[in-house]
Amino acid sequence: MAEYLLETQDLGISFGGLKAVQHANIKIKKGQIYGMVGPNGAGKTTIFNMLTGVYLPTTGTFFLDGEELKGKTQEQINHKGIARTFQNIRLFSNMSVIRNVMVGLHNQPQYKCSFLTSTFRLPKHFRVEREMREHAREILRVFGLEEERNALACNLPYGQQRKLEIARALATNPKLILLDEPAAGMNPQETADLVRIVKKIRDEFDLTVLLIEHDMKFVSTICEELTVLNFGTVLIQGDTETCLNDPEVIKAYIGG
Amino acid sequence: MAIAINGLSLGAIYALIALGYTMVYGIAKMLNFAHGDVIMVGAYIIYTMCTFTWNLGSMPIWLSSLISFVVAVAVCTILGIVIEKVAYKPLRGASPLAALITAIGVSYLLQGIAQLIWGADQRTISILDRLGTVSLGDVVIKWSAIITVVVGAIIMVCLVLFIKRTRTGRAMLAVSEDKGAAQMMGVNVNAIVSTTFAIGSGLATFASLFYLPITSVSPTLGAMPGIKAFAAAVIGGIGSIPGAMLGGVLLGVVEVVCNSISAVASYTTAIEFALLIIILLVRPIGLLGKKRRVKV
Amino acid sequence: MAEMTTKKNRFQNGKWKNYISYIVIIIFLAILIIINLTKGLGFSDKSTLPRIAFSCILAVSLNLVVGFLGELSLGHAGFMCVGAYLGCYTANVLRTSGNIPELVTIILSMLVAGVVAAVFGFIIGLPALRLKGDYLAIATLAFGEIVRCIFKNLPFFGGAMGMSTKLYDGNTLFIIAFITLLFVVFCCQNLINSKHGRAVVAIRDNEIAAKAMGINVTYYKLLIFMVAAFFAGMAGVLYGATIGTIRQETFSYNYSIEILVMVVLGGMGSINGSLIAAAVITWLNITLQSQLSGALAPVKSIVYALILIIIVVFSNAPAMKGFRESINPRNWRKKTEDAGKIKNDAAAWDRIPTKIRMDDPLSVDTRTTYADSPVPPDVVVKNRDELYVKEETGKEEE
Repeated sequence: MAEYLLETQDLGISFGGLKAVQHANIKIKKGQIYGMVGPNGAGKTTIFNMLTGVYLPTTGTFFLDGEELKGKTQEQINHKGIARTFQNIRLFSNMSVIRNVMVGLHNQPQYKCSFLTSTFRLPKHFRVEREMREHAREILRVFGLEEERNALACNLPYGQQRKLEIARALATNPKLILLDEPAAGMNPQETADLVRIVKKIRDEFDLTVLLIEHDMKFVSTICEELTVLNFGTVLIQGDTETCLNDPEVIKAYIGG
Repeated sequence: MAIAINGLSLGAIYALIALGYTMVYGIAKMLNFAHGDVIMVGAYIIYTMCTFTWNLGSMPIWLSSLISFVVAVAVCTILGIVIEKVAYKPLRGASPLAALITAIGVSYLLQGIAQLIWGADQRTISILDRLGTVSLGDVVIKWSAIITVVVGAIIMVCLVLFIKRTRTGRAMLAVSEDKGAAQMMGVNVNAIVSTTFAIGSGLATFASLFYLPITSVSPTLGAMPGIKAFAAAVIGGIGSIPGAMLGGVLLGVVEVVCNSISAVASYTTAIEFALLIIILLVRPIGLLGKKRRVKV
Repeated sequence: MAEMTTKKNRFQNGKWKNYISYIVIIIFLAILIIINLTKGLGFSDKSTLPRIAFSCILAVSLNLVVGFLGELSLGHAGFMCVGAYLGCYTANVLRTSGNIPELVTIILSMLVAGVVAAVFGFIIGLPALRLKGDYLAIATLAFGEIVRCIFKNLPFFGGAMGMSTKLYDGNTLFIIAFITLLFVVFCCQNLINSKHGRAVVAIRDNEIAAKAMGINVTYYKLLIFMVAAFFAGMAGVLYGATIGTIRQETFSYNYSIEILVMVVLGGMGSINGSLIAAAVITWLNITLQSQLSGALAPVKSIVYALILIIIVVFSNAPAMKGFRESINPRNWRKKTEDAGKIKNDAAAWDRIPTKIRMDDPLSVDTRTTYADSPVPPDVVVKNRDELYVKEETGKEEE
């Protein structure tokens, strides 16, 4: 068991000549809610994309639970235990809410079922489908979305779509969940609700959370530690209070 | 040498057709499957006009042929615009697949009408062939092939200059980049799309003139060159004008070379399409296509 | 109690749609058999029916690729070509080898045809992993033409003259064809309505998100291409048995396009739609062909083309949206709960249905919906979220 659940070592990427992220060293302990903040274009989402295998880092590497995941495909990384949500919501919009979550459950070992089993409707198919549906309902219940389970995902209000994305990511049974601006577009009430939910899933599902957020009130309520990025480099790391009061950070944000 | 010139001339024909595909794709983001049939219509118009004017006998042959050709260009240009207005414009904003299906419909329609008017039998006519051949040492080359290459090259240079230098050309680039933004910047998108179809169809008429020496006129004349030019456009990177030229010439040369080797001659089509697949596998966006990063 | 609600919901939520195609096909087949036994079907009917059946198989299998996986394939006739040649070759070999019952021969030949076609499906699925949209379309088209060109030049398949195989007796062929169709529909429906189908639709809806959810995109793309090719190969055997002589010209890209047209007109991602469209188009084609011959032959393609253009423009043009909605039977019922639901295949047309849906209850449907709506308009506008909940719950399934 490694000391840190996620550890990045000198992670960096450049697009052409542009060094989007350099020398990112982030260490997240198991069970933490960890925040990543910084002005637009600081490279936060790029780090997420590297951690989930969308981009291949040009320098450095990263470890989940002591296992190096650099160079693995997105699917493999998900199987190893990193799930994510997207800044611009990417739901399967023509599917119902519950089916979205069931897609998340797809690779769980207990729901293994070959396509021939499904095609010829062997008894196992029905059992698996029933159990998946039950499981998905349970997850939706945590997010208060059980009632909406048969609505089409694209018909949900924005805040609920964000929650559904988290629920879907949670269904893949990750160790680490990456939330990309989970509170964007939510009203204060919904944000407060989200704080409760994130804490709840962290406790109930034994999760570690890494999130990107611009809402500083949200960040200061929920995050235990922070990494502040600016222009692709780490400005400061440490516990939330210190980071947010750091003069450098304030300067980076309000351009003092 | 003869093979090289013949290859280049076939390549120039493919490139001219491919330009039509690529420009329409760039502007309207749709595959104009009916493009090949515009060539067929052009060929029939040239054929009909030529036989008619030659029989009148009041004009020298070169003049009546020229007039026939100009008429054909005019008819095809108008045809291109009409097709766009009637079949494609109502579908702008709908799925590209819907436009693809109407394009197929238009293709069948043109073939059906042509067959109704001119019948299904094949006809031949020699226009450029009348110029005969030229011999350089041992090799004998058709004048028609040389003219095809030279005129083809001139047209392509003109087209590139037109797009780079003129207002309309730049507006086309803008529309192909982002239709909505171009419209907000005051570009008349409808006019630009019509112009594109007009130019594409005009070029197709040139292709039909140059294609006549190596084929006979029939309602399905446009199908094979159409599909090969489409392949050429994709090889070069669809949406890219230099790409269409490169792809067209490449495919034309390969076709002529393969046909000249008797062992593989019957597999020519397979080789051409295999080349397409291989190029796409190595470069999924074609040789000169622009890569677009999907933002996550 | 809970059990009962589930059952009731299942019926309400349109699960019957999955079974109606079986029922219709079986009834249709039964009627045909009865007619054939009592009065005897005409010769033209006997040759039309198997064609309808294999067109349906082709359309349904192509729909897996185009409608559910969301990849444009223009090489479906290529798979059929492979299946027709290899399957009928196997059948010929089996028949000369002696005492194998005819039923076993045809089943075995279909199996061989399917497997070989599936191998080709795997090969063409590989580019599909790298290519997108129109690029994949031309690559599949190229594949179809390559296959055709190769079969044209292989001497032991008859070369350009075509390969002859046993021409089936019309009285049994249509029964075999429809039973095969039933099998194909069964497999496709079951595959799509399972966790695997869900994964495939997820890839179509949002490939990036599907990957992030750990869906093995490579596996599913190849799987769907192979399954579709398998069924197309089976259709090829039926084709051989209907025609008697297999000629490579049949399998040109024009035929692939014709299948695509069936899929698109029937509705992407709708198996029932594919069945209807394939049956109607095939029937129309054959009828036009037999009615219009000689000098009028081109009228066939003109009529066909006009029907195609009119249907597509009518059903897709943004300008026609109001008209489409006014004649949609769903709006006649004037129920609020129907406003938000869009048929799956309609949704597949434009991948961003949000645009349509968000405006539906407020703008377009105002006249039709609010008139008899139990919810007064001002309430609807204020509590939009609530409205959606009411509309959607208990709708899709379970």
